[in-house]
Amino acid sequence: MRVIQSVYGFAGVLGLILAGGFTVSAQDVPDVGPHPPQPMRAMESHIGNVTGHAKDGKMNFRRYCAGCHGDLGDGNGENAQWIDPKPRDFTIATFKCRSTPTGTLPTDQDLYNSIGRGFTNSNMPIWNTFSPQQRADLVAYIKTFSARWEKEKAGDVIKIPPEPPVTLESIAHGKALFTKLECWKCHGPQGKGDGPSASTLTDSKDQPIRPYNFADGRDDSRFKCGSTNQDIYKIFMTGVDGTPMPSFADVIQPNDAWDLVHFLRTLQIHRHSKENEVLAAAHGVIPPYVEKQENNPAPAAQPENKPPSSGGH
Amino acid sequence: MRTKQMLVALLGLLLCSSLMFAGTVSGKVTYTGTPAHQKPIDMSKEPSCAKQHNPPITTESVVTGPNNALNNVVVYISAGANDEGQVPSQAVTFEQKGCQYVPHVLAMHTNQELKVVNSDQTSHNIHPLAKVNREWNKSQPPGTPPITEKYDKPEFISVKCNVHPWMHGIFAVLNTSHYDISKGGGDFKLPNLPPGKYTITAWHEDYGTQTADVTVTGNETKDVNFTFKAKAY
Repeated sequence: MRVIQSVYGFAGVLGLILAGGFTVSAQDVPDVGPHPPQPMRAMESHIGNVTGHAKDGKMNFRRYCAGCHGDLGDGNGENAQWIDPKPRDFTIATFKCRSTPTGTLPTDQDLYNSIGRGFTNSNMPIWNTFSPQQRADLVAYIKTFSARWEKEKAGDVIKIPPEPPVTLESIAHGKALFTKLECWKCHGPQGKGDGPSASTLTDSKDQPIRPYNFADGRDDSRFKCGSTNQDIYKIFMTGVDGTPMPSFADVIQPNDAWDLVHFLRTLQIHRHSKENEVLAAAHGVIPPYVEKQENNPAPAAQPENKPPSSGGH
Repeated sequence: MRTKQMLVALLGLLLCSSLMFAGTVSGKVTYTGTPAHQKPIDMSKEPSCAKQHNPPITTESVVTGPNNALNNVVVYISAGANDEGQVPSQAVTFEQKGCQYVPHVLAMHTNQELKVVNSDQTSHNIHPLAKVNREWNKSQPPGTPPITEKYDKPEFISVKCNVHPWMHGIFAVLNTSHYDISKGGGDFKLPNLPPGKYTITAWHEDYGTQTADVTVTGNETKDVNFTFKAKAY
């Protein structure tokens, strides 16, 4: 009896010590994994006319994905400790590459594309060795790790207007936006990822993270979430959730966004693009942007907001 | 039995004005020990903000007052309030001013409108690191309209601006409107409480939570005090 009591006492003290170590309340703790094994949710994914089933994705996940993403999908696989950036934690259902607004779940297609595309500058390879059906099954299985997929729907896919022609004026306006919206604070005046805030950035799990370096890379350089102009458009209009990159959807008009895309392309100095052709034809000089409205002079750079020096070359 | 209770309650309503029912829970939040030193913030990377603070402001993870008062503690009714469905129609406002969040701790009811305002000459991004609610991250350049949002689940959410890493604030999303943030001498006040049994919770961003049970019987003021043990780090 004494022994049992003292065991209980010890457990109680231990509990107090452990509890004292955390300052968060029960309200802070998300109701997501890792949980003890539960019956798997019967989740589906729909990519075009392919329907993925979670139960069919489980085997491939455990064979190919769990090493990094973990059996529980929490990003704590056995390789995770060696990897930077860290593998995605599927239990929080926050995803970087989406066609949906910030704070919403991605579409099945977004996840499917991410698996097939891989993540540049990370350890996530291109999994195009999987058939479309296998990838769809994996998408369905990934969705079993968070209850969000049962309670919430994917966000509404953002509308992207047709891309206007690449002109010097469009690039100049994009550069003005890059300055005004202070993209350079993180990405640097030349897009080299060396802005004044760059060294302080951390992701939502407090891991250091670098802003994208546009100038790095060769002709095939691509962005985290794809390589087309539409992909760039999506990145800043949806934000890269879980990272410092915010959504600009509320502050950039759709057509202005295309101008920003055109300017960003000129920051990829080693990449062949229509934008760099237009810029080269202008001898690499981006003229100051003049507001189109009559009698409305170009907004002078604010004293504090040092404008980036020549964006292209 | 049920009918009788209801009759008594009805009679009570007729006899007394609603004010007569209004009990109040009030008190002070204090700390023991030595709180962590709050460091001055170097805003030299953002001159438009730096010049607004002379001398420089300090971090705000622990804000104290005279006589060991502990401020910025969210004191709220965590059980017994039963006003979960009564969402206030007016919005709460979170301001970015001088590269600082005002207020540092903002409490709101679930589903209450939240307005985020940028009064600065610089772009901010508002990045509440929600775990139970959805995590979003939005840019807000100077002169742009307020961002309106709401949270549908109770949670204490850490808010940061990635551009200005010293900026840190708290959204306290609660299932009740009976809350207060301790200020001045660590004072808080929860007025307009109908008679009943309540659990009062006090939450501090570094020191965690404390609770106290209290019964309000009528038009009275109940004194409830909380003491947190300060952590030196």
